[in-house]
Amino acid sequence: MKRLLSKNTRRQTQTYAAVAAAFLIIQLLGGMGALSSSLKGMLVPICAYVVMAISLNLTVGILGELSLGHAGFMSVGAFTGVTCAVILQDLVPFAPLRLALSMAVGALFAAAVGFLIGIPVLRLGGDYLAIVTLAFGEIIKSFFNNLFLGVDSRGLHMSLISDNTHLEEGHSLIIGGPMGIGGIQKISTFTAGFILILLALFVVFNLVGSRSGRAIMAVRDNRIAAESVGINITRYKLMAFVTSAAMAGAAGTLFAMNYSTFTANKFDFNTSILVLVFVVLGGLGNMFGSIVAAAALTILPEALRQFSDYRMLVYAIVLILVMLVTNNDTIKNFLARPFARLAREKGGSVHE
Amino acid sequence: MNKRLPPVKLVPVPSTNLIPERDAGSPPILECRHLGIDFGGLTAVSDFDMAIGRTEIAGLIGPNGAGKTTVFNLLTKVYQPTRGSILLNGQETSRMTTVQVNRAGIARTFQNIRLFDNLTVEDNVKLGLHNHINYGMWSGIFRLPKYWKEEKAAHERSLDLLSIFEMADLANVKAGSLPYGAQRRLEIVRALATGPSLLLLDEPAAGMNPSETAELMDNIVKIRDTFQIAILLIEHDMNLVMGICETICVLNFGQIIAKGTPEQITNNPVVIEAYLGKKGEE
Repeated sequence: MKRLLSKNTRRQTQTYAAVAAAFLIIQLLGGMGALSSSLKGMLVPICAYVVMAISLNLTVGILGELSLGHAGFMSVGAFTGVTCAVILQDLVPFAPLRLALSMAVGALFAAAVGFLIGIPVLRLGGDYLAIVTLAFGEIIKSFFNNLFLGVDSRGLHMSLISDNTHLEEGHSLIIGGPMGIGGIQKISTFTAGFILILLALFVVFNLVGSRSGRAIMAVRDNRIAAESVGINITRYKLMAFVTSAAMAGAAGTLFAMNYSTFTANKFDFNTSILVLVFVVLGGLGNMFGSIVAAAALTILPEALRQFSDYRMLVYAIVLILVMLVTNNDTIKNFLARPFARLAREKGGSVHE
Repeated sequence: MNKRLPPVKLVPVPSTNLIPERDAGSPPILECRHLGIDFGGLTAVSDFDMAIGRTEIAGLIGPNGAGKTTVFNLLTKVYQPTRGSILLNGQETSRMTTVQVNRAGIARTFQNIRLFDNLTVEDNVKLGLHNHINYGMWSGIFRLPKYWKEEKAAHERSLDLLSIFEMADLANVKAGSLPYGAQRRLEIVRALATGPSLLLLDEPAAGMNPSETAELMDNIVKIRDTFQIAILLIEHDMNLVMGICETICVLNFGQIIAKGTPEQITNNPVVIEAYLGKKGEE
């Protein structure tokens, strides 16, 4: 009994520790001026993608449903979060608090959208969620590309397709349709990203280890058996999917607040697939793997700049090599050998 | 292997169905009246009448394709019946879903084992206890005191249940990596964990050797005696069926061809014909 419990807890503690260590090292390097400016600029996007990967891993790895439109939730979180930040600009002068509130709002809206999509789709088995989320990603993109939204003393104004908001003098649009959002105060920080990652890990790990998480995994493993022991399948599918959407929303806000302008096209199908690649590469249900994959694959295209035109080709080759190597039993055993010996010397059994 | 439970006397419930005399004091836990289902034009089960007493061990037998598992699927609402009614504890179940029927007191195992393969043995049992563990998502995420209290109780309860089949030491093994017989036993434990008043076992002895089967028979009787529940089982192993079932119902082509005590069934010419064919038919 104790061994497995401690094995799970140990893995989770290791993940927290690795994230914290990475944060400290980067802070230290930054303090010493050893970080290039391009890497510095990528720290917040990396955090946002890591949270996206954790979030999607909850849907794909733990719940066992495929979502091909996760960038859609990121988009909802980005637009609603930034809108909230603009509105709160004068009300909450303390930037970190404003960021936290905006992320909460972004998460809330993304969760609400996830709930609306989930209600009909998660009642069905099979790949319907993948189909619907794929369409959802595109719909959200078109929606924000055609949304005009502004605020003045009379309140919030919005219109679709063309700008009919008729704002008072001295007020400008927050969301300007195809122009997206401009003039954002960049209040996202690496520290905020780090805290969001820890929060996402905390939620996922503790959910998985609880009654609800067990039910979610039971639905993944055997739907019919889950029903036969009295588990309400739709409820637990929704719970996982909405939690996942909320995390993606918060990541979206974090991501958006790192740029002074962005448009809805930033969160397209490619982004959704990119996040899915993080999850598959890191291993389904493996949060630590997702984090490493998200960080590495966000840095990689930048690191490959020297290859200029061949950048994406090299990127693809590296991706394929990593997939091959991480799935090769011989290499895995070779890498695991020193650890096994360590365990033997400690007197513990290698048997798991 | 030839031991038998003492024979029981059968008495009618308010309808024409029979249950053991010792259970006659309370209404039957399950009663089916004219139950039937069609798949398109094919009638899979028709006019299925049966009553099960509160502590009865009943058997459902019949040749392959007779509709035995379909009856289980009707009782657990995997299929909605086309005709007839199912009364569980005197309560009509026609509007219930699989989940509601389980909460009302029917638990089952499956012919082709359906465990949560990637979860541990203990987690499988805890999933059976799901509706008896009382804390919500937020208590789980924030690890509130309720989480610790309920999880501790669930842990102890699942080890208790596992020890029925002496499986407590396997608690941390992945369910999917258990040997076949142990997987079958785990399914029974998981079903028991839901706290049923009627346990449906679909071929519990399939793939077991004679000594495992004998042990299983003892355990089924033990479960009935300890938990005071009714058990309905589908089985092809006649030693098991004749040894522990107090009443037997024989199904062929979706219809009941005989009902009664093991003695009555063994000597019933219609049953012999269904299993072995008519004499001189060659």
